[in-house]
Amino acid sequence: MILRRLSLINYRNYESAEVEFSPRINVLVGANGSGKTNLLDAVYYLSFTRSSRQPLDSLNVRHGQDHFSIRGDFEIRDRRDTVTVVLQPGARKSVRVNGSEYSRLSDHIGKYPVVLADPDDVDLIREGGEIRRRFFDILISQVDAIYLENLMRYNNLLKQRNSLLRLAGGRPDTLALESYDGLMAAPAAYIYQQRKAFLGRFIPVFDRYFRFLVDEHETASVEYVSGLDEMTLEEGMQRNRERDLVLQRTNFGVHRDDFRFLLGTSEMKKFGSQGQRKTMVIAMRLAQWDLIGADKGFRPILLLDDIFDKLDDHRIAKLLELMRNAFGQLFVTDARPDRTAGLLRNVNADVSVYTVSQGTITLQQ
Amino acid sequence: MDFSSRLIEEAVNQIARLPGIGKKTALRLVLHLVREKEELTLQLTEALNRLRTQIRFCKTCHNISDDEECAICRGPKRDRNVICVVEDVRDVMAIENTAQYNGLYHVLGGVISPVNGIGPADLNIESLVARLQSGQSTVNEVILALSPTLEGDTTAFYVHKRIQPTNVRVSVIARGVPVGGDLEYADEITLGRSILSRTQFS
Repeated sequence: MILRRLSLINYRNYESAEVEFSPRINVLVGANGSGKTNLLDAVYYLSFTRSSRQPLDSLNVRHGQDHFSIRGDFEIRDRRDTVTVVLQPGARKSVRVNGSEYSRLSDHIGKYPVVLADPDDVDLIREGGEIRRRFFDILISQVDAIYLENLMRYNNLLKQRNSLLRLAGGRPDTLALESYDGLMAAPAAYIYQQRKAFLGRFIPVFDRYFRFLVDEHETASVEYVSGLDEMTLEEGMQRNRERDLVLQRTNFGVHRDDFRFLLGTSEMKKFGSQGQRKTMVIAMRLAQWDLIGADKGFRPILLLDDIFDKLDDHRIAKLLELMRNAFGQLFVTDARPDRTAGLLRNVNADVSVYTVSQGTITLQQ
Repeated sequence: MDFSSRLIEEAVNQIARLPGIGKKTALRLVLHLVREKEELTLQLTEALNRLRTQIRFCKTCHNISDDEECAICRGPKRDRNVICVVEDVRDVMAIENTAQYNGLYHVLGGVISPVNGIGPADLNIESLVARLQSGQSTVNEVILALSPTLEGDTTAFYVHKRIQPTNVRVSVIARGVPVGGDLEYADEITLGRSILSRTQFS
């Protein structure tokens, strides 16, 4: 998949911009705060119908304005699609493909796949389980629409169940609780099965990229830890009934699952070095790119935001080797133009370099 | 909005409390009443008064009724072996308009949604159980005709569990592609379900 042209109006720090891209490697250079990341974020937005950085849409509008629009012209094999996102005051966000609007934004997710790697990714290893569940949930949703349906249904039921636990002052209707347990069982089982099955595909690819980047001898892996390993959702809900009533929230279920990143047998969250973690999250993003591509039958767009900073020369060289040979369309940002120029001298591919400054984008000749 | 008359302002504020009516529409209605004959307003207020003081809910099925028991529950030709469970009175009207159903109803008065503060105890579920357990009951089937939303599903699940001990057959209305609808415009979940619960061609 290729993004040929991008037009922005009032998106974050862009007043109005239109730019054409290379089908291969696009490098965005410019000082911190110039708008490099915002440009990648606009591409991300066209794919996910939301920003990767700011979930509150009103804050993605340029300061002092009341609306924004993002428009992208995509090429998927011989198909050409124009995706537009418009946010206007008093209206719900509209996402259109070739002029026709989605009634449900979730129908759009996964159709124009984009993978973003950015410096915040180390949180995936460092932080709590929620962020890791989100990573895999988004990824699995991109290749399996039914997964997203089940996840949304499960989460809505969970919200209702938690409200029920609080509703009756700690003495809710038992039959109502059992009803939620019963209704959540099917989506929970589906989510559990798909997470497990997906990891089976994910791990070998992830390990391959990780070891390519670092010449590591140990195997990189992910372990899925779920309450459903031991018992069904309904059994687990039964056993945790007392705790649920006391704490007034649901203590068992796939919303408590976690994913542990391992190098050999040691858990990265506890024992990983900074360098190992940084490389690991890049390998995760590359594996994500790889699997979505395999599933869709075409290559997703890869956005690499400021990741050279996090790697030593050897790993950067390895990554460039991949960029030259493997990936489809690529967007790379770098705050240091001199370094980028040096790095790209060796890349024999169609490279366009853009200077980003104060919300304007200029192609360097 | 600035009104020249306190009386107009009061009337507008009252009418604007109704669902779907804003201040501008309310003002239009009020001015209309002022322009028309006094009789019109008196007839309207009288009808509303009577509505509010005399309307009753059927003691058996909780449908809206002029008497203690509604016309459907008293109907001599209704099939007393089957009860159709619905969310509110509008659903009774909708199903009656299909002319495809001749049994009795039970109006729950809402669906279970703890997020909105509605638990099972706020609905007419116990009276349904009592109806089924009563000595004179001839009911052998309960049809759950609730909206295919999360809350509707939850309520259906709950009601099913609650009436299971009575051994009455429980069915749900079919879900699928709307008649006259184009297949390609049906959403994926509905279409998926219709494929899974397909029926014999006849």
